[in-house]
Amino acid sequence: MFDDLRDLYQEVILDHGRKPRNFRRLENGTHHARGDNPLCGDKMELWLALDEDGTIADAAFQGRGCAISMASASLMTETVKGKSPALARALGEQFRELAMTGTCPHCQAALEEEMERLTPLSGVHEFPSRVKCATLAWHTLNNALDNQGKEASSE
Amino acid sequence: MDGAVTPGFDVERIRADFPILATEHRGKKLVFLDSGASAQKPTQVIGAMVRTMESAYANVHRGAYHLSETATAAYEAARVACARFLNAPRPEDIIFTSNSTMAMNLVAHSFGRGLMKPGQAVVISEMEHHANLVPWQMLRDGHGTQLRVCRITDAGELDLNHLAELLADGKVGLVAITHMSNVLGSVTPATQIARMAHEAGARVLFDGSQAAVHRRVDVQAIDADFYCFTGHKLYGPTGIGVLYAKAELQRAMPPFLGGGDMIASVTYEKTTWAEPPAKFEAGTPPIIEAVGLHAAIDYVEAIGMPAIEAHERALVDHAMATLPHVEGLTIYGKAQDRGGVFAFALDNAHAHDLSTLLDRAGIAVRAGRHCAEPLHERLGAGSGTCRASFGLYTTKAEIDYLAEALASARRFFA
Repeated sequence: MFDDLRDLYQEVILDHGRKPRNFRRLENGTHHARGDNPLCGDKMELWLALDEDGTIADAAFQGRGCAISMASASLMTETVKGKSPALARALGEQFRELAMTGTCPHCQAALEEEMERLTPLSGVHEFPSRVKCATLAWHTLNNALDNQGKEASSE
Repeated sequence: MDGAVTPGFDVERIRADFPILATEHRGKKLVFLDSGASAQKPTQVIGAMVRTMESAYANVHRGAYHLSETATAAYEAARVACARFLNAPRPEDIIFTSNSTMAMNLVAHSFGRGLMKPGQAVVISEMEHHANLVPWQMLRDGHGTQLRVCRITDAGELDLNHLAELLADGKVGLVAITHMSNVLGSVTPATQIARMAHEAGARVLFDGSQAAVHRRVDVQAIDADFYCFTGHKLYGPTGIGVLYAKAELQRAMPPFLGGGDMIASVTYEKTTWAEPPAKFEAGTPPIIEAVGLHAAIDYVEAIGMPAIEAHERALVDHAMATLPHVEGLTIYGKAQDRGGVFAFALDNAHAHDLSTLLDRAGIAVRAGRHCAEPLHERLGAGSGTCRASFGLYTTKAEIDYLAEALASARRFFA
């Protein structure tokens, strides 16, 4: 009945949705933020640990939400580890474009490899009400890096 | 589709009145199970509104010309229809608002701020829509009233023992309770609640947004002080709501919004108010919408509210016999007296994912917390549920199709 939805729910999404990676509290975190999608009730809490030269040494999250939001947060934590905050934010910008349009013409060639990891989520662009599920984690990442401690909202 | 749900009730003939039900979406026939959020419109309503705009439209209560008089007569005829629909004593007991939310805000302002004293309390229940929660929080924070929340039982019924406890100290000025939950479908015992409130010296407001669509409401039999519903859930247009308020309360309450139409005389020093209900209807009212609502009331009354109720009862029985067979499905709310609203969750799919799948099958359901966040926490379903809600055009075959799609969705996520 739902075979055509395999583009949205690719196996990697279902896998990360069921078994999110880095799904834990980070006791030695240096940056933290909560994210909330009030429309559907997705909630997440994100921790980052930046090392002395400012690199994101570790990233972890906890929360509840749909398969898309959990998978996106899981893939994001994997992606930003070892990156500088500036690079992580740039990836977030590109990911938002990917989620909203399904393509990323402005993507930097240098980030192509990293973006490939996130490409399974591009199917979300066909579902306008679901784009926010995919981008919540990246909104929360920006807030954590700003370290203002305030809640990110997808609204 | 199976049309013979209730003898004398021809669901296929009714469906033919709703053009949208014949449309397809992404190649799938529409199965619209979100009438609790907003119902679809029959041609009778659409036609009445179009005819008004084409040949009978002008502002009301203002012009001394024929067209304005015609429009005024149509607007006031809608008030008469609403009074008849709720069995209100007089048409003047009906105040037009923009929706139920505005009706409740009107009561919070004009009754709450105007007539309640700081220290008095408002009682709501655990199964209120945000529209019957947030205005009372704002009243509490701005006016110094208390907010008390009556518990519901695990079956999803109002806990009347707890209500009695909350009323016991005599400080309650208003009991504001849903007449039918938009999540659980539970119908509350309005007559008994009103009696309990009155014995404790409190007034009572019922949010009839769901109930008025599904069964005959008699505000005099209930002895409601306030009762509200909204046009768009009753197969009428958006932008119009109805507040019934007893005449003595309308006289005693100060106005809500200020502007044209709600005044008797205006000088820079002093303005005097028009007689109710005009006192509560500032500005140009929803004229075309009132005509549409009138047509909607005529439409459901021609079918007959008892016939509609019987049809929906048959749908509820069918759903209760069908949906529990779907493996992994939890249905929330097991009230004895319930209407055609079902909140549910699948064990292996989040509500939002599930609604995306159902949408692909052509089924429109609501996903999330249905503007009732505290209730979802109470149910242990904080991440949300899906909700199927029935209308008079819903068929048993549609419920069977929902069950089939749910089973298929569970396999998809397995």
